[in-house]
Amino acid sequence: MKKLGLLLIVVLLLAPAVTAQDMAHEPWTCPEGYDGQTLSIFNWSTYIAEDTVPNFEEACGVTVNYDIYESNEAMLARIRQGNPGYDIIVPSGGTVQRMAEEMLLIPLDMEMIPNVANVIPDLLGAAYDPENEYSLPYQWGTVGVGYRTEVFPDGINSWDQVWEHDGPVAWLDDRQTMLGIAHLFLGNDPNTTDADEISAARDYLIDKGGNVVTVAADDGQVLLERGDVDIAIEYNGDILQISWDCECDDYAYAIPDEGSNVWIDNLSIPVDAPNPELANVFIDYILDAKVGADLTNYIWYASPNQASIESGYIDEEILNDPAIFPPAEQVAKLFAIIDVGAEAEELINNAWDELLIFLGQ
Amino acid sequence: MDRQFSLDMKTRWGHMKKSGALLALPTIAWLFIFFVLPLLIVLVVSFLSRGRGGVALLPFTLQHYERTFDVFFIILRRSISLAGLTTVICLLVGYPLAFFISTRRRRLVQQITLFLVILPFWTNFLIRTYAWRILLGEQGTINGLLLSVGVIDEPLTMLNTQFAVLVGLVYGFLPFMVLPIYASVERFNFRYVDAAYDLGANDARAFLRVILPLTMPGVLAGCALVFIPSVGAFVTPDLLGGTRGLMIGNLINKQFGGSGNMPLGSALSIVMMAVVMLSLLVYVFANRRERGA
Amino acid sequence: MLINEGAMGRNRRIRRLGQAGLWLNPMVAYFFLWAPILVLVLFSFNSSRSVASFSGFTLKWYSNILNNVMGAESAFSTAIMLNAFRNSLFVGTVATAISTVLGTMIALAMARGKFPGKRLIDGLLFLPVVIPEITQAISLAIFFKVAFDWFALLSGERVFPGFHTIIAAHVTFNISYVAIVARARLADMNPRLEEAANDLGANPWRAFWRVTFPLILPGVISGALLAFTLSLDDFVITFFTSGVGTTTLPVFVYGLLKLTVTPEVNAISTIMMLISTLLIGISLAMQGRAASRV
Repeated sequence: MKKLGLLLIVVLLLAPAVTAQDMAHEPWTCPEGYDGQTLSIFNWSTYIAEDTVPNFEEACGVTVNYDIYESNEAMLARIRQGNPGYDIIVPSGGTVQRMAEEMLLIPLDMEMIPNVANVIPDLLGAAYDPENEYSLPYQWGTVGVGYRTEVFPDGINSWDQVWEHDGPVAWLDDRQTMLGIAHLFLGNDPNTTDADEISAARDYLIDKGGNVVTVAADDGQVLLERGDVDIAIEYNGDILQISWDCECDDYAYAIPDEGSNVWIDNLSIPVDAPNPELANVFIDYILDAKVGADLTNYIWYASPNQASIESGYIDEEILNDPAIFPPAEQVAKLFAIIDVGAEAEELINNAWDELLIFLGQ
Repeated sequence: MDRQFSLDMKTRWGHMKKSGALLALPTIAWLFIFFVLPLLIVLVVSFLSRGRGGVALLPFTLQHYERTFDVFFIILRRSISLAGLTTVICLLVGYPLAFFISTRRRRLVQQITLFLVILPFWTNFLIRTYAWRILLGEQGTINGLLLSVGVIDEPLTMLNTQFAVLVGLVYGFLPFMVLPIYASVERFNFRYVDAAYDLGANDARAFLRVILPLTMPGVLAGCALVFIPSVGAFVTPDLLGGTRGLMIGNLINKQFGGSGNMPLGSALSIVMMAVVMLSLLVYVFANRRERGA
Repeated sequence: MLINEGAMGRNRRIRRLGQAGLWLNPMVAYFFLWAPILVLVLFSFNSSRSVASFSGFTLKWYSNILNNVMGAESAFSTAIMLNAFRNSLFVGTVATAISTVLGTMIALAMARGKFPGKRLIDGLLFLPVVIPEITQAISLAIFFKVAFDWFALLSGERVFPGFHTIIAAHVTFNISYVAIVARARLADMNPRLEEAANDLGANPWRAFWRVTFPLILPGVISGALLAFTLSLDDFVITFFTSGVGTTTLPVFVYGLLKLTVTPEVNAISTIMMLISTLLIGISLAMQGRAASRV
């Protein structure tokens, strides 16, 4: 997955170089004929701006149902048990590949998504969906360490500081990422499918997790904000959101030097979606320069939208934040999660169950 | 009353009694479809293999039960012991409380004291549990209070522990203990106690030999009503327990979500149900012995 | 005699100690029951975001919620919350109506009818009350999945979970509560009254509506209120049986409690407690009136 790293470097070199060009931007308009219809979205928690959905409802005259999930696995389980009626889901790269393989996704209709032209070209055609048949990028980001600056005045630069901290710590309920970090330490491929290596990673984490009080389901930032933990392993934007909310320097985000996970989340349409046409329209809406910029300005993740970046709609502060656009030497150390296949998936799930049980001992 | 009329009435009554069964039928059918049948399906699924994506497939296997009693056994044991401890604490707190309420002389005071136990109950269970997150948190109310008084220098870690789960469970289910005991003490005739004293019993003897046996049905019902929901608790450990206070309910939930293993989740809940049934049997037998004695 | 007096003295001391304990325990218990709720209410008026110390009185958290509700640009989350509240009321009303009818029917059949298998039915009615919620939740989730899969296979039409699945689940756990409450009332009632009505020439149908029903009505009402409360409060079973766009208030509140720390959550909780206390007050008053009328 070095390829993705290189690709992101290109993106990074590109981003700061761009200045506000102040392109004349037409507000996004909804195609005719969707009045009164319904769209159902299933998205990660704290992963959309307050006005993204209401504006879409108004523009198209539709009603939106909006539900949240806390991990790729939880979303996948729900869709595998029979799509309960969602039109839009937001799977990460490896999950897109797995779902496409299991025929759980409907191909996108690019004719309905002219705004695909806005996407940074290097982020199209990723290995998990080479033809972008099933997915277009939503946001991208990293997994790292959110911590209280009061407890770590000198910052965090190693996972060892997390393992050895004498105080409450929250991990992230993202099994492939957490095991992947252990694999880094053990010198294995982060996406290994080997049973012994997966067991070893599990044991490594159990050994290092003496200070873990909870494995948080995408709500680690809340525990950090409440003061219930000193460290939360989380997605970068979630940590940055709370710093932004409190307008203070109480919390910081860091990617440890040993490396971590980089991911791209995508907009996809699950099988049996009741309204795939409107889903395509929604994807086009999200990829609009202004809509995409508003989104990024609210949730503090990196935008895959070149038009948003070039137009100057995205806050300078975000474009210059190394926690959102990490420096090139850091990007080189990041690994992406890929589809490991059904067998390894079961091994990983079993290992994760066991980890949860034995961490609490 | 003339004979013909009374005969007529008998057939009419017979008719109504027959229609009694008819009246019960829709409800029985409903409970069969939406209660019995789903449980039977869970039982079958718990013996099936895990297919891709966590769904159930043939062939039949015992592997999920093996796993339940192997790796998951620690959590099963923890759930049972936490539920048992919850029951004991509820009994120790609830019995005197119920006794206190039912021995108030004025009817109004009795009603108010009882109402004070029930009222917190009418607020949403999630919110009541969340309140403990505020109290027990690292920067919560209790730590704030203790730090400002100077009892401690460092905040205590109370949230995300088994202690927090225990507090949450006792808080959630205490009224289930108080109400049945209250009902049995209220029915209790205190002349028996006078009689016991007349016969030379001291306080302890009067309590152990007279009061306790006569209020035993309430105690047993209370214990069953607290123990059963505690074993299967999901919300309380989810909001208060973290990894250290994980209970079987959380792991069942995981199998239907992230871990995607429906047969294993089914096996876990069948085992949990067996524990519940066993405790119910204990309750029924204990109750019968009480009545017999 | 001396020995006896000594024993009595000790007895009195123990008794005094016991009495002190009997007073102390309830006080501690009441404190335990009420402290969390009072703290929640107190900190909903706290001017700072902290829940560790009270720094001053404010109504801003309430006005924040109110502004979101009243404001021209109703915030996204507030809109979802109101929608969730509507969903809860809808589910609660329909589930209560169905379960009240079914529960009352079986209560009548069990109290007045004579047919075999009554003990078995007793057990069937008792089980949903004692079975752990999570077991019932997953059994219904699997059941609906299997049923919908079969339906899709046979008819080619796909059915999605939604209000119908939540309502079916709620009715299932509510029936038992309605039946138990209504039966308690029927047990207190004198069957001679119905016989008397029959003696006076009323047919069973008329006898039921004119005599039995008014008499058991308070029981039916309190059963229905119990069902409605349980329905509004249920989280676990709803969580597992809900579909898309059918988020009920508890499911919404669960997400809110997990993902926000703002004092607005305390304020929303306080408002919800106020509403449920009012509802209970009204229902108790109604029950009291209904009971005194009979």
